[in-house]
Amino acid sequence: MARFAPGDRVRTRAANPQGHTRLPRYLCNRTGTIEAVHGIYPLPDERALGMALESCTKEALYTVIFEGGEVWRERAIEPLSVSADLWESYLAAERA
Amino acid sequence: MSDLDDHDHDHGGHEESASMASRVGALVAKLESKGVLSEAELDRAVEVFLEGTGQAGGPALVAHAWVDPAFRARLLANANAALDELGIDMTHWVNVKLRAVENTERVHNIIVCTLCSCYPVALLGPSPTWYKSLPYRSRVVREPRAVLAEFGLKLDPQIEVRVWDSTAELRYVVIPRRPEGTDGLAEADLAALVTRDALIGTAVCAAP
Repeated sequence: MARFAPGDRVRTRAANPQGHTRLPRYLCNRTGTIEAVHGIYPLPDERALGMALESCTKEALYTVIFEGGEVWRERAIEPLSVSADLWESYLAAERA
Repeated sequence: MSDLDDHDHDHGGHEESASMASRVGALVAKLESKGVLSEAELDRAVEVFLEGTGQAGGPALVAHAWVDPAFRARLLANANAALDELGIDMTHWVNVKLRAVENTERVHNIIVCTLCSCYPVALLGPSPTWYKSLPYRSRVVREPRAVLAEFGLKLDPQIEVRVWDSTAELRYVVIPRRPEGTDGLAEADLAALVTRDALIGTAVCAAP
């Protein structure tokens, strides 16, 4: 089951683990808004280690939208938004 | 992932095509010597890939969305189902979800894959080299207006730029705005106005 719903505020994890992951570094430790929930997908971090599809962790996948100013701070030229498709374990709930 | 997945995990860019060619050659030789793959199998896989992607249904998709508002709404809501309606083949897109994002008076969309080079191959054909280049991938999320200006597209500062970073099992396609003065054009003529770059978001469509 998906933990987040469209409109929820989330914060991405601050640092990436060693190895493959799909949270781009420029989006680490940023707050964004859940825009869409896409269903349950195998975690690519484990797939990249050669784990079989059946034994991989399955997690909800979300489109998360970030405001340009949140991502690039004072260097952002707005209006700008950047979205990424992120697995649930990359995200924590952000209190409004 | 399927054999024909467009997610190639290249993290080094494609700056040196000669070096890339020799690396691919070495890899193929190894696979053949280990009996993993024969030359004939490889040729067949490439053939199937090019046949499947050569149709590049993107322009037809956009033209149909321009003339049929109900189809446009269905496309934005569920792009995979909309492609089925038009008979655009998605069979080698197992587990890949397509999302169409629409340009409006206020919003301009651009697609990128900052982690590697994910691209809606089945819809747009093979991707241009610049799409896979490190400068495009790193700059378009940070300074998209400057990148667009280099493509010759000056956006009104009021227009919001939305960059879609294809980091997972979704592929994006931009639905550009229909140019002014094209009311009388037939659908096939409209499709001819839709360029690959307009579908990526680095260009807009112009009237003939």
